[in-house]
Amino acid sequence: MWSEFFTVSVLVATLASGIRLATPFLFAALGEAIGQRSGVLNLGVEGVMLIGAFAAYFTKLKTDSSLLAVGVALGAGAIMGLIYAFMTVVMHAEQGISGIGVFLFGLGFTDLLFQKQVGTPQGVPKLGKVNIPLLSDIPWIGEIFFQHNLLVYLAFLLVPLAWFLINKTTFGLNIRAVGETPEAADTLGVSVNRIRLQTILIGNSMAGLAGASLALEVAIFQQNLTSGQGFIAIALVYFGAWRPGGVMAGALLFGVVSATVLRLKTLGIVEGASSSLLAMAPAILTIIVLVIVSRRIAAPAALSRHFDRAS
Amino acid sequence: MTTTEIPPDDSGVPPESPTPDTKNIGGAVAFAYVKPLAGLIVPLCAVAAALAVGAIMLLALGANPLRGYAALFDGAFGGRDALADTAIKAMPLLLVGVGICIAFRAGVINIGGEGQIIAGAIASTTLALLIPSTPRIILVPLVLMAGGLGGAVWGAIPGALKAYGGVSEILSTIMMNIVAAQFLSFLLQDLLIEEGAIKIQQTEKLDPNSHLPLLPGGTRLHLGVVIAILVAVLGYLLLFRSALGMRLRAVGHNPNASRYAGMEVKRSIVQALAFSGACAGVAGAILVFGSESHRLIGEGGASAFTQSAGFNGIVAALFGALHPISTIPASFFFGGLLTGGIQLQRELEVPAALIVALNGVVVIFVVSSLKLRGRINRWIERNDQARDHAAASISATTTPAADGDS
Repeated sequence: MWSEFFTVSVLVATLASGIRLATPFLFAALGEAIGQRSGVLNLGVEGVMLIGAFAAYFTKLKTDSSLLAVGVALGAGAIMGLIYAFMTVVMHAEQGISGIGVFLFGLGFTDLLFQKQVGTPQGVPKLGKVNIPLLSDIPWIGEIFFQHNLLVYLAFLLVPLAWFLINKTTFGLNIRAVGETPEAADTLGVSVNRIRLQTILIGNSMAGLAGASLALEVAIFQQNLTSGQGFIAIALVYFGAWRPGGVMAGALLFGVVSATVLRLKTLGIVEGASSSLLAMAPAILTIIVLVIVSRRIAAPAALSRHFDRAS
Repeated sequence: MTTTEIPPDDSGVPPESPTPDTKNIGGAVAFAYVKPLAGLIVPLCAVAAALAVGAIMLLALGANPLRGYAALFDGAFGGRDALADTAIKAMPLLLVGVGICIAFRAGVINIGGEGQIIAGAIASTTLALLIPSTPRIILVPLVLMAGGLGGAVWGAIPGALKAYGGVSEILSTIMMNIVAAQFLSFLLQDLLIEEGAIKIQQTEKLDPNSHLPLLPGGTRLHLGVVIAILVAVLGYLLLFRSALGMRLRAVGHNPNASRYAGMEVKRSIVQALAFSGACAGVAGAILVFGSESHRLIGEGGASAFTQSAGFNGIVAALFGALHPISTIPASFFFGGLLTGGIQLQRELEVPAALIVALNGVVVIFVVSSLKLRGRINRWIERNDQARDHAAASISATTTPAADGDS
C-alpha cells in the first residue's frame, strides 16, 4: 500500500498539489502578517475566507467569469474589513474575541446564502492551468512549480511584494512603527488608526482572495469549506515570525502536509476513522511549531493593543 | 483630626456649596444610579442592534421579522417548558462563562472552550462505559468529576505552553479545539462507536445510573442546571474570596508586579486555564449525561454537540462583566436567544444557519459595545471622584465647626 505512495509520479503530484493547497494559506497569512505588523490581531480570517469563497463560487456559478469571481471575493473581503475596522479601531473591541464573532457570522451567513441561493451542491469549472513556457517542460520541477492556475502564481508573487511593502516603503515603516510603539508613531504625526484601517482592509481583502483561491481550486462550495484553514493561517504568521518569507515556508509546509493527508486518503492507505486522526496532524503540527518558534522571536510589541490618545 | 460625616438629611448636597466642585454633585448623584444600569443598558442595546441586523436578514429571506422575533421570544420565555429549555441551553454557556471569568481575570484569553467541552465529554463518557452498573449516587459525581478533569487537562496544556513556552494561548486553544473535534470524530468511528449494523457516530446508550436526575416539576430541567449555578457560586468564591483567586486576579492585573511580589505567575497561568477548562469540561459531561438520548453523539460535527457554547460562553461572561454571579442571568439571556432561535427557525421555515449567523452578529455587537460600557463607567467614575472630592471639601469646611463643638 505505502509503496503506491512512494512512486515518483505520485510524489511529484503530491508536491504539486501541496503548492496549490498552500495558496489559500499564503494569501490569508500574508494579509494577516501585514495586519499584525501594525498591531492588529484579526481572528476573523476564517469567516472572511468563507465569505470570499462563497462570493467567488457564486459569481463563478452565475457569470462563469473567473476575473469577476476574484473581484467580488476581494470586494466582499474589503467590506468585512470595514466592519472589522469599525469594531476594533473605532469601538476598541477586544481583538481576541471579536474575530470569533466574524468567524461565526461568516460560517452561518455563507451556509445560509448557499442553502437559499444554490441549494444542491453544484460544481463550477476549475480555474484553468497556465503552464509557464519552457519552465513547465522541466521534468518533475515543471509539474511541481510551473503548471498551476494564475492565483497560485499571484500568491507567491505577493511574497516579495509584501516584503518590499513592509521593509522598503514609507507605508511599511509606518506599519511597523504603529505595531511596535503606536504612541511614538502618533507623536511623529502618523495616524495610528488610519494605518491600522488600511492594513485591516489589505488583510481582509487577502483573506477574501484566499477564500476565492480555495473555492476556485476545489470548484465547489459547501458548509464550512475552509474547515479551520483561516485559523491555521493566523498560526502561520507566528510560524513565519511576521516575515513574508517565513510565512511562505510555513504555508508550503502545511500545503504539503495537507496534500499528503489527502493523497493517503484517496489512495486508500488511510481510511475511515484513521483519517480523522490524520486530520489532527495540521493542528498538532501548528502547536509544535509554535512551541519552537515562540521562544526565539518576539511578536510586534503593540499586537492586539488598542491605541487611544487619551490613555 | 476627628472624622466628620455629612448630616444624612443633607445627602451630600448642601444648598450653598462652598467649593466650585460641588456644581457637579447633582449630576454625579444622578449618574451614580445610572452606573449599574449602564453595565446592562449598553450590551442590551448592542443585542437590540444585532437583532435589527437579524431583522434585515429575515426580510432578505422573505420572512416577517416581527413574526420571527415574536416566535423567538415565545420560544425562549413563553411558558414553563420554554423557560426550562432556556435554562438547559444556558447551562453550558454558564459553565464555560464561569471558566472564562476565571481565565480572563487572570489575564488569559481562553478560546478553547469548544475543545475543553469535548475533552470533558470524552473523559466522562469513557469512564461511564468502563464502570457500568455502579450505583447512581457514586456514578453521577464520578462522571462529572471525570468531565472536569478532562477539561482541566485540555486547558492546562495551552496554559503550560503559554507559561513555559511563550506560546500565545489564543492560537494554541484554537488548535486544541481542532484536535479535540477530530479526536472525537475518530473515537466515535472507532473505539467508542455503538456496536451494530448502522454506523453512525455515537456511543451506545449509557448506563441509566449515570443519567442526571430530572428536577421535580415535570419539565425537562435536570440536575445539570443546578450544578452549573453551583459552579458559578464556587467560581465566585474562588475568584473573590480565596487567596488563590486573589493571586490569579493580581497576575491578570499586573503580571510584572505580581512577579516582584513573589507570586508564581507561570503556575497561576496554568491554574487559571486548568480551572477554566474544568468548568467547560463539566459542561461537556452534563451535555452527555443530561441529554435525552443519554449518549455521546458526534453526528453533524463537533459544534452540533457543543452548540458552540465554547464561543458563546465567552460572550455570556463578557455580558456578565466577567463576574461569575452576573454571568448567571447573562447566560440565561443568551440561552433564551438560542432556544428562541430554534422556534424562530421552525416557525418561519428559514435555514438553521441563520441562527449561527445571527449568533455571530450578536457577538460582534456585544464585544464592540464593551469598551463603550467601560468609557461610560469611567466617565461616571470621574463624576464620582468629583463628588467625593466635593464631599471631602465639604467635610473639610465643616471640620472646624465640629471641632469647636467637641
